[in-house]
Amino acid sequence: MTTAASPSRDGPAHPKVLIADDEPNIVVSLEFMMKREGFEVLVARDGVKALDAIRREHPRLVLLDATMPGMSGFDVCEAVRADAAVSGTCIVMLTAKGRETDMARGVGAGADAYVTKPFSTRDLVQKVKEMLARDSAA
Amino acid sequence: MTPTLTAAPVLSAPLVVGVAIAYLAALFAVAAFADRRARQGRSVIGSAWIYALSLAVYCTAWTYFGSVGRAATTGVWFLPIYLGPMLAMVLAWVVVRKMVRIAHSYRITSIADFIAARYGKSPLVAAVVTLITVVGIVPYIALQLKAVSSGFAVLTGPAGAAGGAGAAWWQDGTLLVALALAVFTILFGTRHLDSAERHEGMVAAVAAESLVKLAAFLAVGAFVTWGVFDGMADIWARAQTLPGLHDLMRLGGAEGSASFGYAQWFSLTLLSMLSVVLLPRQFQMMVVECVDERHIRRAAWVFPAYLLAINIFVLPLALGGMVLFGAGSASQAETFVLTLPLSQGQTGLALFAFVGGLSAATGMLIVETIAVSTMVCNDLVMPTLLRLGAFRAQAGGDLTGLLLAIRRAAIVGVLLLGYLYFQVAGEAYALVSIGLISFAAVAQFAPALFGGMYWRGATRLGALGGLLGGFLVWAWTLMLPSVAKSGWIGDAFLTHGPFGIAALAPERLFGLAALDNLSHSLFWSLLANVSLYVGLSLWRAPSGREASQALLFVDVFARGRSAADPIFWRGRARPDALMALARRLIGPEAAAQIFAAHAHTAGVADPTADARLVDAVERRIAGAVGAASARVLVAAVAEEEPLGTADVMEILDEASQLRVYARALEEKSRSLEAASAELSDANAQLRTLDELKDDFMSSVTHELRTPLTAIRALSELMVDAPDMEEAQREEFLRIIVAESERLSRLVDQVLDMAKIESGHAEWHAVDVDLAAVVRDAVTATRALAQARGAEIELAAPSTVPPLKADPDRLTQVVLNLISNAAKFVPATGGRIAVQVSADADGVEVRVADNGPGVPDEDRDTIFEKFRQGGDALTRPPGTGLGLPISRRIVDHFGGTMWLEQRQGSGACFAFRLPYRPKKMEETP
Repeated sequence: MTTAASPSRDGPAHPKVLIADDEPNIVVSLEFMMKREGFEVLVARDGVKALDAIRREHPRLVLLDATMPGMSGFDVCEAVRADAAVSGTCIVMLTAKGRETDMARGVGAGADAYVTKPFSTRDLVQKVKEMLARDSAA
Repeated sequence: MTPTLTAAPVLSAPLVVGVAIAYLAALFAVAAFADRRARQGRSVIGSAWIYALSLAVYCTAWTYFGSVGRAATTGVWFLPIYLGPMLAMVLAWVVVRKMVRIAHSYRITSIADFIAARYGKSPLVAAVVTLITVVGIVPYIALQLKAVSSGFAVLTGPAGAAGGAGAAWWQDGTLLVALALAVFTILFGTRHLDSAERHEGMVAAVAAESLVKLAAFLAVGAFVTWGVFDGMADIWARAQTLPGLHDLMRLGGAEGSASFGYAQWFSLTLLSMLSVVLLPRQFQMMVVECVDERHIRRAAWVFPAYLLAINIFVLPLALGGMVLFGAGSASQAETFVLTLPLSQGQTGLALFAFVGGLSAATGMLIVETIAVSTMVCNDLVMPTLLRLGAFRAQAGGDLTGLLLAIRRAAIVGVLLLGYLYFQVAGEAYALVSIGLISFAAVAQFAPALFGGMYWRGATRLGALGGLLGGFLVWAWTLMLPSVAKSGWIGDAFLTHGPFGIAALAPERLFGLAALDNLSHSLFWSLLANVSLYVGLSLWRAPSGREASQALLFVDVFARGRSAADPIFWRGRARPDALMALARRLIGPEAAAQIFAAHAHTAGVADPTADARLVDAVERRIAGAVGAASARVLVAAVAEEEPLGTADVMEILDEASQLRVYARALEEKSRSLEAASAELSDANAQLRTLDELKDDFMSSVTHELRTPLTAIRALSELMVDAPDMEEAQREEFLRIIVAESERLSRLVDQVLDMAKIESGHAEWHAVDVDLAAVVRDAVTATRALAQARGAEIELAAPSTVPPLKADPDRLTQVVLNLISNAAKFVPATGGRIAVQVSADADGVEVRVADNGPGVPDEDRDTIFEKFRQGGDALTRPPGTGLGLPISRRIVDHFGGTMWLEQRQGSGACFAFRLPYRPKKMEETP
């Protein structure tokens, strides 16, 4: 943790990815996918824990569920963007709500991508990879 | 003990003149103040009290001085003059209110205007009424002048001044008083022309005067009763000893006849009853200056109360004066109000009493001359000028200045006529007799005025005949004798009749000698008046214009000022000509106002716009020059079609049809409005429902997508990785099955919920033993609970009284509560306590667990849809619909479900069902 000054300087080989969701079975599937792609996977069960983990572990990317008890994904996203130490974190918002207002809310909160559940595992993996590659290039 | 009048102390003339002038100046200040406030739109006369006080202009110097005089000579005969008005005010709400409504609707400014307008706006009727008024009112004005000047004489000179050396000077003094009052009246009433409509300053000043004269009279009365004598009983006791005084206290005939003077009482009461409305000043105050019809209601008792108050001390003053000055002083009793305080050395009080008398006189003079001058200007001079073509010659010029000049001249003229009469007849008659002559003259208006308000068939010819006939009889039987008795003309005809024809002797017409001369005159004049009025009206049918005005007057309450009112006018008029006419008579601003108002209310397409505009202009001009002159002026600038009786009926018919349409339209628009309100309510309700549905759909979608996400993701992962470890694959498959189950349970419950909410759920109400239901449910869930390491304890009576409910639904509720409890019990040592208890009203079921309980922040929302308790990680799969559905079921059977507040750990859900629900819920 002290080896990197910023998350983007983490080695590209094992980027750290945080999964924040309150549905255990969805976490199981996401964890399996991310690990298979060779990422280092962290898990948080609610919004407060997710924000703690982001500040503590500086993951390169967060898969963030929008509706979690305690602190919603939108609130976490806003808090991350407002915190200079972690504001560069890539955030992919996952939501089971498909209304346009919910989308707008997600984009307004500053998410890099917005994915509705249920999602295609291939597309999600593809998107995560691309984002990490773009992030590394920048 | 009997001081003579000559011994009275005397005040200096300059002091009395100075006080009088100061008093008039104060009055003028009151008037100026009221006028200024009126111009600012903050009227001071908008009060029923002011209105009632202004009616007290009825009490003139005649009341102030004359009542005492009459009481001293004839006893209680002063009373009918005040009983009449009291009786009249009983009818005020019916009659006066109608007069006020008519006058305001058609901008009527005088009694001549009122009568003339009723009879087809006839200039001739207006002129006749005005002439009768002028001739009839002159003696009355003379009376006021006499009162002021003789009061002045009593205060400043030796008593009995008329016979003294200073007599010539004081007669000139009366002239001065008349001229001074003329100037004052001109200042009061004719400073600007819009005063043709309302004189707020004058009303305020008159109300103030009414207070002053009442206060002064009461002060003198109280002083004499309690200051000089020892109360009323004392005066009475001492008066008994006077010779001849006893006769005064009987209600006998005036000239000493012993029988009760029914005829005279009746005629005096009738006369005063009529004059309280018909005297020009009374009409002015009561009708023209009335700002609010509702004021009449209060005036109906305040004004009679005022009359009562000002009469309380009349008898004590008369008797007291005669006790003090001797019975022979009765002839000078008219000045008792002044001489009594003077004889006691109370010069200040005497001066106050004089101011009171001055107040009474000036109030009357101002209002009377303003009213009469308006009539003379509008109904005598203007029509003459119109006939002479004077206005056409100076077409385009502003006439308001001319109108004011005519009115001012009329004021001076009327007052000078009064002075002249004073010179001719003033010394011969006592004050009261002079007043009664005027009363009898204006009584001649009664048939034409009141008949016109209630009888549609009355015609112009009838009114003219009645007025002239009554007036001539009055002049012959009352006016001429009064002149003759003053010695100005020979009085031989009084006793022998004209040319020796005894049957025509003025005071014994056709040998009728049983009545006193006033009743005699009243009888014959009103007989002639009414006979001619009715007879001539019936003889010829009214013309179109008379018929239309009759309708407008008689049915004034039936017509509001709405667009559907009939306009009895046909023809064509150029708006610019009307405008020019209006500008000349009422000024450019007011004229522009009429046209703006008309443009506002009438659309361009309005076919009656012409007639309506003409009517508006004519009504407005009528306020300035009177209805009759306004008619002539408008007719001169418009091309009019003659109006027949048939036309009037046709117009009336159109108007009533129009009104029916308007009412129907109004009704339709009202019902449309109501419908629109209902629709918008329904719309709002729908929108709320729509929002609720939207929220529900959003929640359901969310709940469906969550298990779907896991199922899809895990399935895809297994498809993509055929080489997956067996254990992994098994775990994934187990999750997929569980999530699929959750999904189908969710679908079932959503459908169930939707059914209940939409009211389509099927309910079977049969007799249910709730204890049995609970027992079955416990048996069914025991295995599930044991799988989670929990024991169920059941405490229930073997049977409870039956309820009317659906057993399947109740089973659903109990199962839901038990399985909920099973989800939250700790992994080891879980306990679920189920309890059933029955009381007199119903059955209660409790399901408690020893789990973590419901956090405080969730207590309020636990029964809402898709609110699942507990931590998502540890929580067994649920749909968030179980509790809401359970609660709705309980609600449906008239029961309640709640979360019990519990000490310690664990949650306890409970519900209660009554044996006899208050009402089955129709829809949730």
